Parts: sequence; C-alpha cells; structure tokens
Amino acid sequence: MTANRTIKVDTLARVEGEGAIYIKMAGERVADVKFKIYEPPRMFEAFLRGRHFSEAPDITARICGICPIAYQMSAVHAMERALGIKIDPAVRLLRRLFYCGEWIESHALHVYMLHAPDFLGYQDVIAMAKDHGDTVQKALRLKKIGNHIVRLLGGREIHPISAAVGGFHKMPSRQQLREMVSDLQWALEASIEAVRWTSTLPFPDFEQDYEFVALRHPDEYPFNEGRLVSNRGLDIDAAEYEDRFAEIHVKHSNALHSILRGKGSYLVGPLARFNLNFDKLPEVARQAAVSAGLKPPVKNLFRSIQVRAVELVFACAEALRVIAAYEPPPSPRVEAPNRAGVGQAITEAPRGILYHRYAIDEHGLIVTAKIVPPTSQNQKRMEDDLREYAAQLAAWPLEEATWKCEQAVRCYDPCISCATHFLKVVIERE
Amino acid sequence: MAQKLHSLGIPARICSGEASELLDAWRGADDVLVVDAVVTGAPVGTVHRWGNPQSIPFAKSAGSTHGFGLAEAIGLAFVMKELPARLRIYGIESKNFQIGAGISPEVGCAVDEVVKAIRAEMKVKD
Repeated sequence: MTANRTIKVDTLARVEGEGAIYIKMAGERVADVKFKIYEPPRMFEAFLRGRHFSEAPDITARICGICPIAYQMSAVHAMERALGIKIDPAVRLLRRLFYCGEWIESHALHVYMLHAPDFLGYQDVIAMAKDHGDTVQKALRLKKIGNHIVRLLGGREIHPISAAVGGFHKMPSRQQLREMVSDLQWALEASIEAVRWTSTLPFPDFEQDYEFVALRHPDEYPFNEGRLVSNRGLDIDAAEYEDRFAEIHVKHSNALHSILRGKGSYLVGPLARFNLNFDKLPEVARQAAVSAGLKPPVKNLFRSIQVRAVELVFACAEALRVIAAYEPPPSPRVEAPNRAGVGQAITEAPRGILYHRYAIDEHGLIVTAKIVPPTSQNQKRMEDDLREYAAQLAAWPLEEATWKCEQAVRCYDPCISCATHFLKVVIERE
Repeated sequence: MAQKLHSLGIPARICSGEASELLDAWRGADDVLVVDAVVTGAPVGTVHRWGNPQSIPFAKSAGSTHGFGLAEAIGLAFVMKELPARLRIYGIESKNFQIGAGISPEVGCAVDEVVKAIRAEMKVKD
C-alpha cells in the first residue's frame, strides 16, 4: 500500500527562470499536478507597443539570454511580412547560419551541462566535470564555436544587435566565415560523437502519445520558414496560428498555457522537429541518428538529449554548407519603409516554435504585439507528462520521485524567463 | 574601465561573462583580476573584493542557468584544475540593469576607485 504523499520541488534547478512543481498523490493515483511559474510577468508585449518596428529585433533579443536569435528572427520575419519586404537570398542564407550558431550554443549547453548530469547521477555539471573533464571541455569548445558564429553575425554573443528588418546592419566577409571552417569541422565530428555518447545513457521507459508540432519546409530542416504541421493533420500558415491555438490563463502560473483549440496539449521542440522532419536532415545527421538506434517516431521525452545531439550534427553540417555557398549580397539589407500592416511569423527556437504577431500603423509604430514562446507552448504538456510520470513513480521513495520529476521537466529545457512573459517540485502524498 | 586600464598599460579584456569565454580568457594566465557588477544588498557603488574566488557568496538561484556565467566558470576551472594561480574578483554594487541604461553616478565613482585599486595591486606608477 503506497501512502498518500506530496512531491514538492520549490525551486527547479538547471532550468532558466523561477518555477516549481507540485504533485499530489492519493496512493498510486495522481490527484493533482501543477507546474507553477511564479516568476513575474515581464510585459515585453506592452514594452513593444508604440515603438518603431525597427526596434523590435533589439527589444525582443532581450527576452532570452540563450535564444535571442529566435526572438529576433520571429520579429524580423513578422515585420517583413507586415511590410511586404522580400529579402536577398544571401541574407536568408546568413540567417540560417545565425540560427546554427544559436542551436550549437543552446544544445551544447543543454546536452552536456544541464541534462547529462541527470543521467550520470551528478548534482550539476561542476560535480560531473570532476569525473568527466574531457566531456565538459568538449562541451565548452562546442559552445564557444556557437558563440563565435553568433558574435560574427550578431555583433556580440549575448543579446546580439546586428539583426535588422530587411537583413543585417553589417555583413561578415567571406574570409571571416571561412575562418570558422576548421572549428566547425571539429564540431561536426564532436557532435557525431555526442550522438554516440548520448545513446549509451540510461533512459527510463516513458513513451507518450504526443501530438508533435513543428515547422516543415519542402527542402530544409526547419529554422525560420515553413508551414506549421503536426502528426495529426495540422498543416497551416503562420497567419492561421491563432485560429488553431489558444492561450489560457491558469491560476497557478504567471505564464499562459497554450493549447490546440478543441484538443489540448501538444509537444514542440527537438522531438517534434526530428519526428516531423527526419527526411530533411542532411545525410550525416540521419546516419548518426540511425547508427545510434534513433529513428522516428521518438516518443520518449528523455531521449530528447539524443535528438538534441543529432540536431547539433545538423547545425554544424548546415553551417559548413552555408559558409561554402555564401556570396555577400550587394547591400546588407533592403530598405523597410513605414507602412501599416499585420504580420505573423513562426521560427524554431532550440526548445520549440516561437510565434510572433505584430500590427503596425502607417508611421511604422507597433500597435499590438503578441509573442508565444516555446515554454508556454509546452507548459500544458509538461503537466500532462508529470501526471503520467508521477504515477509510474508512486512506489518510489519520495526524495527519489521528486528528483525524477525534476529531471522530466529538464527534458524540455524550459525557459521560464521567456515564458513569463517560469521551477520548484512538490509531490504531496495523502 | 577596460579602456582606462589599457591606457595604463594593464592588459584588460572585455568579456560577456559567459563561462566558456571566461575560461578561455583565463587559460594560461597565472594572475587574473575580474571586475563585475554585483547585487548583494549593499549601497550602490560599494566596492567588494574577494581574494579567494571560492569565497564569493554566489546566489543559489535556479535562475539564469541558460546564462552560464562567472560562478560556473570559477567552479569548472577549479575542478578541471584550470583556475589561475591567483584570481581576484572586484564586485561593484550596481542598480541600473534596464535595457539601454547607463551606469549610475555612484557606479561611475566606484569604477575610478577600482581602477585605482587595480593600479595599486599591479604596482603601476603614474
């Protein structure tokens, strides 16, 4: 007979921002699950109102320290749509390289430093580094390579400043890009090794029947273009997003829960992208995945660490492809004249889709702004997963069950600060 | 501050504060001084100095793991045996962290105080 109990994590570690988990168990039954985001709302949408559209990339880059490029790119794409601007193909190519840098930074950080300690039994990466110094050194070098790309294209690696509506404020030279090739070739090999290494980690048996939602492009693994699709028939343009998705307020969270209208929770992020776009991965990434026993559909959330490693392979290979193909455009950006309009865009931040919508007036001033970050999109799904996972852990000692639930949430690599625009775990057993 | 130190012939480097960049900047150096903005609750402009990086009372917050920073750089450098033989940290108590905000007059004065203190530590003559 399992006693009634409460699992509480008052402050979730190794996630960005401030949130908590509360799970009430009545014997083996999960009576209540609350994924609480108590970090205060950050009001970015309100800050944007009344500002000129050209300021949006710099303001939105401040929402997140690890995925500012996704914020900038969703903003510039939405603005370009509102203004009817067509960008130079070379700019499009460089934006993909910009994204590669962000994915390398973010995935290297999460795979090795935030998530691997869970599988290897360490409290954090500093404790892990005592026994796995070479692995941590590899992670640091990978992250540095990602930083280099972001700094080169964005002017600096944190809160970059060079992205602009219509292009970039400043373009790198071909020589500057070519100087990164040897580092990226090393990063590609290190990433392939990361896929092999993550496949040796112990994964709990936890498969769920997710509705995966991700961008899909006819020719590319998705970054910043494509239709929004799911494994259950969703196939829409960004302009239709709000017709199919709703944000709902729940009392226990300062971040809105995003749901598929008439359905409920869904999953965005690496698993969704991989399952819906496996055929668009370059051969080197597909081969690395298959060699490690990873084929779609991957339904075990804990295997997201493997998928992130596959996406590291992709990002390095894509960066090399872009650098080889890059020819500087005649001008770093096309002019963006003031014009009233409404634009929506979705891009793939490292942790999932990021939706932006702006309405701007004839003076180019932002009238309304709406931002739905990936962590908000996944928040309801996190609660659904915790409900299922906590039931599996009913017989576990409370301390271990609490630790396991915290690990489950880290699979999402949640960015609470972005979502408040959110971690503690509490499991209560009656 | 970096410019002021440079003009005095003291090699200084501006870092974003990201851990891999800090570790890279410290690699091979045996004597490093780090200056950063801090919030401890002391009056704005207060200058703190920690001669032993292990003694810095970093906040135990769940926040900002995505901003892998100075605390992690020191922790990793220590366990990976890459900590410079001497690593001293100056912290300037700050208040303006808003987007685009300049430094406050109190912090401006503290910057001059820290430059003076570093000159003394480095024994740079006028």
